[in-house]
Amino acid sequence: MPWLSTLMGVSVLGALGVTLVRNDKLAKQFTLVVSLIVLALTVAMAVQFSPNGDKFQFAETYDWIPAFGVHYGVAVDGIALVLILLSVILVPIVVLASWHDAEAGKRSVRTYFSLLLVLEAMMIGVFAATDVFLFYVFFEAMLIPMYFMIGSYGGAQRSYAAVKFLLYSLFGGLLMLVAVIALYSIAGKGTFMFSDLVGTIQDVTTQKWLFLGFFIAFAIKAPLWPFHTWLPDAAAQAPAGAAVLLVGVLDKVGTYGMLRFCLELFPDAAKFFTPLVITLSVIGIVYGAIVAIGQTDMKRLIAYTSVSHFGFIAMGVFAMTTSAGAGATLYMVNHGFSTGALFLIAGFLIYRRGSQFIADYGGVQKVAPILAGTFLVAGLSSLSLPGLSTFVSEFMVLTGTYQRYVVPAVIATVGVILAAIYILWMYQRTMNGPTAESVKSLPDLNAREKWVVAPLVALLLVFGFYPKPLLDVINPAVKDTLSSVSVTDPQPAVPVAQEGQ
Amino acid sequence: MNGTIEAPTIEYALLAPLLVVFGAAIVGVLVEAFAPRYLRSAIHLPLTLLSLAGAFALAVWQAVKGVPTKPAAMGAVAVDGPALFIWGTILILAFVSVLLIKDEEHFVGSAAAVPGSAEEEQSLVERAAHTEVYPLLLFAVGGMLLFPAANDLLVAFVALEVMSLPLYLLCGLARRRRLLSQEAAVKYFLLGAFSSAFFLYGTALLYGFAGSVDLVKINQALGAVGGQDTLLYIGAAMLGVGLLFKIGAAPFQAWKPDVYQGSPTPITALMASGTLVAAFGALLRVFWVGLGGLDWDWRPVLYGVAILTMVVGAVLAITQTDIKRMLAYSSIAHGGFLLIGVIATGHTQAENTSALSGLLFYLVAYGFTTVGAFAVVTMVRDAGGEAWHLSRWAGLGKRSPLLAGVFAFFLLAFAGIPLTSGFFGKYAVFQAAVANGATPLVIIGVVASAVAAFFYVRVIVLMFFSDPAADGPSVVLPSRGTAAVVGVAALATVVLGVYPQPVLDLAHTAAQSLFVR
Repeated sequence: MPWLSTLMGVSVLGALGVTLVRNDKLAKQFTLVVSLIVLALTVAMAVQFSPNGDKFQFAETYDWIPAFGVHYGVAVDGIALVLILLSVILVPIVVLASWHDAEAGKRSVRTYFSLLLVLEAMMIGVFAATDVFLFYVFFEAMLIPMYFMIGSYGGAQRSYAAVKFLLYSLFGGLLMLVAVIALYSIAGKGTFMFSDLVGTIQDVTTQKWLFLGFFIAFAIKAPLWPFHTWLPDAAAQAPAGAAVLLVGVLDKVGTYGMLRFCLELFPDAAKFFTPLVITLSVIGIVYGAIVAIGQTDMKRLIAYTSVSHFGFIAMGVFAMTTSAGAGATLYMVNHGFSTGALFLIAGFLIYRRGSQFIADYGGVQKVAPILAGTFLVAGLSSLSLPGLSTFVSEFMVLTGTYQRYVVPAVIATVGVILAAIYILWMYQRTMNGPTAESVKSLPDLNAREKWVVAPLVALLLVFGFYPKPLLDVINPAVKDTLSSVSVTDPQPAVPVAQEGQ
Repeated sequence: MNGTIEAPTIEYALLAPLLVVFGAAIVGVLVEAFAPRYLRSAIHLPLTLLSLAGAFALAVWQAVKGVPTKPAAMGAVAVDGPALFIWGTILILAFVSVLLIKDEEHFVGSAAAVPGSAEEEQSLVERAAHTEVYPLLLFAVGGMLLFPAANDLLVAFVALEVMSLPLYLLCGLARRRRLLSQEAAVKYFLLGAFSSAFFLYGTALLYGFAGSVDLVKINQALGAVGGQDTLLYIGAAMLGVGLLFKIGAAPFQAWKPDVYQGSPTPITALMASGTLVAAFGALLRVFWVGLGGLDWDWRPVLYGVAILTMVVGAVLAITQTDIKRMLAYSSIAHGGFLLIGVIATGHTQAENTSALSGLLFYLVAYGFTTVGAFAVVTMVRDAGGEAWHLSRWAGLGKRSPLLAGVFAFFLLAFAGIPLTSGFFGKYAVFQAAVANGATPLVIIGVVASAVAAFFYVRVIVLMFFSDPAADGPSVVLPSRGTAAVVGVAALATVVLGVYPQPVLDLAHTAAQSLFVR
């Protein structure tokens, strides 16, 4: 069964279907059903995935544009699989969470949900693409639905934020296009299939240039310091649901691209640029955290925490140890859940009070205990409390990095402490203390909102205590990736007892 | 030998598409002269459409039957693969533009009447119409067909004039904003006349150099004739000026915004698509066939022109507040991208084929999107005619989501977003350029694309993200012709963006033989 095409096909047909439904309420329910079907299909696919089988599974390859050597090629390895799972789990949650988002702006509800499903198809496609050109097409095309979601349904500064988002991403994408074309020309294989292109570029100087073309695009997408400035604007202005997909999934395409394309296609260049990338990541970790502490706007604060977290992910990718690589991949998934939960709960709060400013809140815990409680869990997950899933991944990234790069790992640990400050301080200012006059009548989470938050909290707890199912899938894929870069894990530097002592 | 001149051999079958279009144009003139006024429009429209369709069918038949390997009409006209492909493109685009013209609201009743005068009032009351628009257009199209097929500089010059003169007239016939339209016509005429003079002067100098106006003979002379370099270089440069003017490449782009803005929108659509295609075809033929051996000399110049054109087009478009001027600057920028394809020649036939087919594909993709975009412009109206000022487009997405959506789609295609035709057009040209070592040019092209994206996106922002003004423009219910144009253009933009292979194949086949020599 062509699983991946089916997944995308269902989403696209769903998107078309939504536009045909004449009733807004029905359109929402329809979207929810479609996204649940996609989720169910993905789970059915994931069950059949064998972690120690072929590297790429469920492969489909057809000629698309033979004149350019472009194929419609999709398949998943462990890394892509977990990221697709992340996407399709988040979409129904986002649908449920966005129930009233489109109405608030008095804009077409059906268009919003249609865009959401189009985006879902593209998110699946971008992680599944095994043809570099197809990847590029999805990489660029997925900007458009997100652009309209931010620009049409976002906050007061939405059009500024949407344009900034689009232009930054487009610029990065176009640089990547040059690299993609050059890769094709230099490889001279007449094909864009990823598997055919791996290892074709031997010349290190060429590798370096091409690496930069890809890397800058991914760094903007991720976003890595100093390419991050679009994110706080976009995330703060986007409706909560779109912000979740933006930070939770779309940005992961950047780090996924680094892992898949930058490392495997240009291994020598990747090694050459590692010190630079690690430095940028460490700066991002500390800078994002410090700036987050200073934010007065809740959504911007969460966006800056992501800048910090993406630093961890990028550092894990480029540390090039199995532990760090697997940790980074796991981090991509966990971050999607934890930041997703944070954005959604903050979104519920903002929807109730009509303000994003932290100063407008206080003592919410007393009036809306469930909201406050789930907010705390999501927050604690974001600061990597042991027992919650991000802890596992952050720990793996730090130990994995420490094996090879001691100083950056140590500095990055500071980020963990700063995380406690920004999360707990935000929690304290909004949820604790005397109840502010304006939030006295704030209702607690309703049934729909509980359904939104419950699965996320459950996932954070489950994978916090038992990340093995994910790691089983991720580990072989990461090992495979690193072996194609031909690095091996450094031996543990434990002093061996001398004989005769 | 004894004072008689041998009759030239003319391959009428090969030239049939041309002859059909010119024949119909002449019949059109006769209709103007003899048919009663109330019947004229009813005769012109089917005549024009049928002749364009017939010419298209003949061109297709010609292509199916086999592309000739030798120039026709004593070496004057080359009906080769690229020419047939360009003919097909121009004929479809012209057909589509005629459907827009059918809506006669675009044209003034009596061009001779002074704007705002009693005579103009009179013509409005009489419901007078300039039905000679149709034969004029057919002549222009005939010129567009001949121009890229001309294998001889004199024929090229004749074609250039046959193409341009009717256009000068058509530009001045807009019903609304008469002065702007007349100014556009005068500007276009004066500057166009200058550029024709440059072209003719260049032809003369090259004749002085090579002793022939035949492109093939000029190319042969490049290696054979010595000591005449001044003639050659000045001649080639002059010729280049004339050609670059027609495609609106910087620094000869100044006419484009004014003329595009002032002309009746269907004529703008025709110029922005058909004329551009024809002029690029001619430019290619002159530079590749006629001056191919001189490429070491013209390549750096065109390099510079391409960069300048992309930058000027992209940067100046940002400052525009008029939708038609913005599209004009966008067309300048696209001219720059296309020039990259002209430079992207290599050393082998395969490399040249890939450059040429990329260019041909780009022309088709861009032509359709442009016609569609201008068709949309005709539908957004204020009390005083089309709503040109960008601020009037605010909130169109709420008033008329479908139309705004289609227009946004065209703009995304101009910006070159994947899954639109514009992306593959740009890609095809860029790929050929990278393969032939013009990577720096591609990088500049990419940066220019990013800049250009800004103003396309700005229009989308206006349409979808801003609230409509209370007295905003209305969207007219499109006539069947206009609706068909928008539909066809949107369809072409989607299909070429999702499944471009068939047209790429066609372009590749057309480019395979390159130009006949």
